[in-house]
Amino acid sequence: MEKLTPQAIIDSFSQKLGDGFVTGSVYEREIAVKKNKFRSLWIEVKQSAFRDAVEHICHLQKYPHLAIISSSDLGAEIELIYHFTIYYGQHLEELSLGLRVKLPKNNLKIPTITDLIPGAIFTERETQEMMGVEVIGIPDGRRLFIAEDVPAGVYPWRKDETGPEKLLRVLPGREPKGKIEKG
Amino acid sequence: MAVGETEKATYTIPIGPIHPALKEPIQLMLEIEGEKVVNTDVLVGQVHRSIEWLGMNRNNPVQTLYLAERICGICNTCHPFCLVMAVEQAANITVPDRAEYIRVIAAEMERIHSHILWAGVAAHEIGFDTVFYLTWRVREEIMDLIEYVFGNRVTKAVLQFGGVRRDITAEQLPRIRKSLDYYKSIFEHLRRIFLEDKTVRMRTRNVGILSTEDALKLLAVGPTGRASGVPKDVRQDQPYSAYADLNVKAITPDIVTGTVVGDVYDRIIVRLLEVKQSVEIIEECIARMPEGPIMSESKMPRLLRLLTDAAGEGVGRVEAPRGEDIHYVRLEAGQSTLATWKVRAPTYVNLMAVPTILKGMQIADVPIVFASIDPCQSCTNRILVTDRATGRESVVGYEELHRLSVEKTKEIQR
Repeated sequence: MEKLTPQAIIDSFSQKLGDGFVTGSVYEREIAVKKNKFRSLWIEVKQSAFRDAVEHICHLQKYPHLAIISSSDLGAEIELIYHFTIYYGQHLEELSLGLRVKLPKNNLKIPTITDLIPGAIFTERETQEMMGVEVIGIPDGRRLFIAEDVPAGVYPWRKDETGPEKLLRVLPGREPKGKIEKG
Repeated sequence: MAVGETEKATYTIPIGPIHPALKEPIQLMLEIEGEKVVNTDVLVGQVHRSIEWLGMNRNNPVQTLYLAERICGICNTCHPFCLVMAVEQAANITVPDRAEYIRVIAAEMERIHSHILWAGVAAHEIGFDTVFYLTWRVREEIMDLIEYVFGNRVTKAVLQFGGVRRDITAEQLPRIRKSLDYYKSIFEHLRRIFLEDKTVRMRTRNVGILSTEDALKLLAVGPTGRASGVPKDVRQDQPYSAYADLNVKAITPDIVTGTVVGDVYDRIIVRLLEVKQSVEIIEECIARMPEGPIMSESKMPRLLRLLTDAAGEGVGRVEAPRGEDIHYVRLEAGQSTLATWKVRAPTYVNLMAVPTILKGMQIADVPIVFASIDPCQSCTNRILVTDRATGRESVVGYEELHRLSVEKTKEIQR
């Protein structure tokens, strides 16, 4: 398959996804003495177009490498970034591709991509338990890192009332750092 | 099929959470039929320390840097390296060129010690303890060098946002060259032991195979992926820091043997050649290292102020000894902690390959096969053996499992 330039990749996304495409940008940085380019791509898509976007990445690269899903609590919505890398195997040719999707807190659902990339299972399980994002169709929905005795409905990466603050043990004589429910 | 849901009288052997062959508190539920492993379930999260939460809620970025250094004892350069690169991208800090080279030298010294440590552990797992003693003796040289250059045997504490904390002076170079020459002189000896010895070959050839396709699908990284023929190495693909000036090539086992099998033996080849490659990289770095400052902002209050005011996001990717390590950082203006910090260590993805590489193996092969992906480290001696047919449970010591492995080695030596 022919390798596209970063800008051409962004154009191909906007063409493929139509209304589902939000923005795309290229980050470039010169490094060390020879000033070679360090490049990464950031693409944001709508929740509804997410599945098509991942399929499109699988079209760009036969086996795209999914490093991790990172998630941030932005208040009213949760931002997920799927960190892909494509075009690996050659000196200086690899591109990082951050696929960003924002989910409103009243609809925290994202389809699974384990059928396209089987190795996505761990990070999907982690996102589910840590952020409370429901992964639709996940083949193995058990907890990954959190122990079984942690109550349901507590999500350690959240910054709202579902965060882990109420589970913190506060040393005698210290003020609790997070919000603690009275009573 | 989930573990334990079978009609046949199979056994389920939980290995771990704490076990020397695992080197990290993790539990493997092995479903076995006779001597063969049919299915494996990997249960992680036995020591989740909420490090990311601390970085997002308690610490300022500089404190987090020291915490990142303690994510892993062996990879104590890779994690801070990832973090500084992600933060420098987010806060738009430029790093002096000389600092980039010192960072790479620190990272490569770490790779040498990590791979040699692994080689010793692998030899121990198959009951070849003389080689274990020899390799760990050889490893002492690099530990002494790390102590000499960075002031500490293990945690180097050399990285800082915007540069490095210690310079490498001209007086230090002869001592560094002496150690590098030592490794060059001993390489042939190590190669003969690990690649030509009959016992090592018999215990590792065609054991724990991961095919190229499975490696790609299960996202295997580092030596685990490269031994399966995936030429993926961050230092080559998307070079960061001073690697961008060097021409690092991903090492796959076909360089030596002409074919890719993807077994434990291939993983030994990759790691062994990477030690040699690391020595060459350090030599090249020393030769090319430019003069100049090593920090872009040496005043700590000013650095903290800059990081508090900055807003943005960044990704740091580093080729750790075990594979690609990645940190994602988001900074918010006015917030003294990191707004988001996501760490992914290489073992995280390599663990997904474990059920595949253990499938069809004998119990006596489990220690070496599991150790071959080089998961990170911790130790005590217990295995719980459950007989599902009778509900009988018995606790077997690590010595028992290790004895099985040693017996297998002796048996095939006959």
